[in-house]
Amino acid sequence: MAVLPESNLPVIITLLLLFGALLTIAAGLVRREFAWPVAFTTLVLVLVDALIQLATIVQGGPLRHTLGGWAAPIGIEYVVDGLGAFVVTVIAAVAVVVGMYARSAVRRENPDQEVAFLGMLLTLLLGLTGMVLTGDLFNLYVFYEISSLAGYSLLAVGDRKAPVAAFRYLILGTTGASFYLLGIGFLYTLTGSLNMADVARLVPALQGNPGLPVALALIIVGVGLKMALFPLHGWLADAYTHASSTSTAIVAPIMTKVSAFVLLRLLFFVFGVDLVANILPAGTIVAWLSAAGIVVMSLMSIAQRDVKRMLAYSSVAQLGYIGLGIGLANPWALTGAVLHILNHATMKCCLFLVTGSVAMQTRRTSVAEYAGLGRAMPWTFASFSLAALAMVGLPPTNGFFSKWYLLLGTIRAGSWPLVAIVAASSLLTAVYFFRLLESIYTAPMTAGGDAPEGESGFFVLAPTIVLGVGVIVLGLCNSWFVTQILQPSLPDALRLPGM
Amino acid sequence: MDPTVIPSLRPLLAILASLLAVPLIVASGSRPNLRETWSVLAAFVKAAIVLSMLPVVLAGDVLACRLWQISPGIALELRVDTLGLVFAMVSSTLWVLTTFYSIGYVRGAGEKKQTRYFASFALSLSATIGIAFAANLLTFLVFFEMLTVATYPLVLHKETAAARRGARIYLAYTLPAGLALLVAVAITWSIAGTLDFVPGGFLTTAMGSPALLSTLFVLFLVGVGVKAGLMPLHAWLPAAMVAPTPVSALLHAVAVVKAGVFGVLRVTGFVFGPGLLTDLSLGTWLAWIAGATVLLASLLALAQDNLKRRLAYSTVGHLSYIVLGAALVNVWSWTGAILHLVFHATMKITLFFCAGAIYVRTHKENISDLDGIGRQMPITMAAFAIGSLGLAGVPGVNGFVSKWSLLSGAALADQRLLLGLLVLSGVLNAAYFFPIVHAAFFKRSDAYPRFGEASPLLVVPLVVTALASVLLGFAPDLGVHAYGLAARTAALVTGGALP
Repeated sequence: MAVLPESNLPVIITLLLLFGALLTIAAGLVRREFAWPVAFTTLVLVLVDALIQLATIVQGGPLRHTLGGWAAPIGIEYVVDGLGAFVVTVIAAVAVVVGMYARSAVRRENPDQEVAFLGMLLTLLLGLTGMVLTGDLFNLYVFYEISSLAGYSLLAVGDRKAPVAAFRYLILGTTGASFYLLGIGFLYTLTGSLNMADVARLVPALQGNPGLPVALALIIVGVGLKMALFPLHGWLADAYTHASSTSTAIVAPIMTKVSAFVLLRLLFFVFGVDLVANILPAGTIVAWLSAAGIVVMSLMSIAQRDVKRMLAYSSVAQLGYIGLGIGLANPWALTGAVLHILNHATMKCCLFLVTGSVAMQTRRTSVAEYAGLGRAMPWTFASFSLAALAMVGLPPTNGFFSKWYLLLGTIRAGSWPLVAIVAASSLLTAVYFFRLLESIYTAPMTAGGDAPEGESGFFVLAPTIVLGVGVIVLGLCNSWFVTQILQPSLPDALRLPGM
Repeated sequence: MDPTVIPSLRPLLAILASLLAVPLIVASGSRPNLRETWSVLAAFVKAAIVLSMLPVVLAGDVLACRLWQISPGIALELRVDTLGLVFAMVSSTLWVLTTFYSIGYVRGAGEKKQTRYFASFALSLSATIGIAFAANLLTFLVFFEMLTVATYPLVLHKETAAARRGARIYLAYTLPAGLALLVAVAITWSIAGTLDFVPGGFLTTAMGSPALLSTLFVLFLVGVGVKAGLMPLHAWLPAAMVAPTPVSALLHAVAVVKAGVFGVLRVTGFVFGPGLLTDLSLGTWLAWIAGATVLLASLLALAQDNLKRRLAYSTVGHLSYIVLGAALVNVWSWTGAILHLVFHATMKITLFFCAGAIYVRTHKENISDLDGIGRQMPITMAAFAIGSLGLAGVPGVNGFVSKWSLLSGAALADQRLLLGLLVLSGVLNAAYFFPIVHAAFFKRSDAYPRFGEASPLLVVPLVVTALASVLLGFAPDLGVHAYGLAARTAALVTGGALP
């Protein structure tokens, strides 16, 4: 096996976030106003590093970093290919956008916790980027827990019910982590290694060993829980609804996606395509669960009265797209799934930022109370509309192209029911978004909440607009991501013809 | 003999002309005169660019503009062929007239939210030209869906309960149709590996089972058939008549519905092709659906008292003339179909312009209220009479020419029943139009004081379109060379000799 070139770029990301988190809190202790600049600078630096890393990998192929000089498989190594670099860049980009939003939002929504909140935000990102970068199964568990712990605390900040919802997530999340830990325990006893590349090398020889399906099942449940893979999504809706807008805006777009990415990595790069199909119909199970999730959760979204809750259920439905693409395990479907990690992150982040912005300006949160706000906050709702069109999957937004690749994937898999589900889910999404848009733009304003005083401030509005425009730009440029970044990093069996 | 393909930016510029006007219109929302200047300017520039391509296409060449890839192996690509140019010329030249008419109408009728109105209008026209020039199915789909989105605010425009209902019905038909089209395009890509339109079609029996190909054809038909008002998918069109009259005139008599029949022409002539349609006997089925639509729509039109609704049902019927011509796939039927695409546009837009002028002047919408109106608005009603004569197929107006070709096509295909049906439909057209004209000129009513014609902004456009209808009746090749282009397209697609 070829030895990958050594690079410090991956580890700089985690180190920046680790020390950034500590520095943010230290600076905040000196003066509360110092916390945000430190945190934001860290996020920008992380994005710069992530972009350099992505550019390096697109040109020169995957990188690795051996922590402390201890060679793998004994030591821990970070391994980053195009796919990983892509996801890290998505995380970093969303983080910068939300970080900008956080400046005024955190101060307005939870002034007492500003410093700790920003510190936790960076810790969450440390966990999430670590999960993507690491090439070691146990190290992945450590980052999984870091991100979960930070996630619990961020989601506990919010309205009065937020701590309860976060506590429920804590119970379920810890259970999920235990499942994952048990899974890699099994793998460790079978292979004697925790290094992903090493395990991937040893696993094919173990075909037929009854421990392997157990390990696989435990890992899928463990990661699936954090990913909110239907029906393991129970923690998500309450947690998202009651948390502060900044918490939701950072957790919703990326945390579940990172877990989806980890699932993809473990299934196809550690267990391998053949094995996943042979020892346990894992792919098929994940695909059908996701498909069921798409339908059920879309219907749940239609039934919601609270906008954030509606978006939360819709997130689970959209994760179904990603799960479906991973489960089908063919080139087109997987392309759709990975692309949707980016696409859904941009659109959902935009939508959650708008709910935050509306709540801050008018204290309005329900679908009914959104009536007539379109004219009062034209830019905010123009962005909202674009993101909504992307959720429905209308061209030329990025949501359309995710759906296009997924459809090609379901057709390739020859499964007509799945084709119908992917197509029909757009209609369900259209029901709850067009209902909302119609009311926002044509209905008279209701009495609940304050009358809007106009647009939000620059730091809230700018990120929203950037994401709204991004939805179109990413849609038109999607092919570049697919051909330049995603395809070269996929296993041969999962590449598009001619790539 | 393959045409020379000339790379050119002109098709792109034709789309951008109105697309770039959108932000300018929005930005000058508070200054109506400046705002309308942008619309007028965009309309003229667009028409000029489109017409400038006529000599090149008449010389037998094809203009093409290949933008970037939007999916691996599929580019966003524009291509100006004879069929696309015909549709683009009709839409863009009539937009010039409609723009002036719109200004007179919205100001005369005191419509609200005029900025949104003009912006959506410009966006719709960009989408329409995109549809006309799309070189492949994915590009077509992108613009086709854009048109759905852009016209939604126009149907919703009045923001009354009826408008909301109309807009919901509109979406309930067009969004599922878009999805059917998306699935159809995805299947086509999966089985054929190409999406580029080819005169005579690119699908072959070797690419799939007859059952699959027939299903594919049905999906395509549902996809484009909704906009084409093919029964039983037509119900959105009468409901959409709630929109302001210029919208009904240009979009629901020309751009949107013609985009639908244009789609039928592309699918039958450039995707499936005459050979495959005959092999699978799909053409005959489509011809009968179209025939039934012609008859039923004419009967339903008789029952309408609301003038615009009667016109809408009449449109449904006439659109199916075109579908019928497309389905019979012989050189005469295709010539007739394309000619009717152009000629129906000039006649029907005249009628809608008249309906709008009457509404602005009298606020009357029902036919039973129009007794004696011809004495007050003689020019308007004379134009109405010309349009009616043309649609009934009376010689001397252009409707006769296209209908004659269609009849020849039916005779050539030896479909005597369909031939009889077309003749019968002419009689029915007379039955639902002539009484209006008769009542307007020969009945008396005391309901109206003397008020005279509407403003010149409304009257001049309708006079121009009425005169154009008459001129084209005597010289069908005048101006935009509709006859020559139609005949050439028909020959290319069907492989027959020029009629």
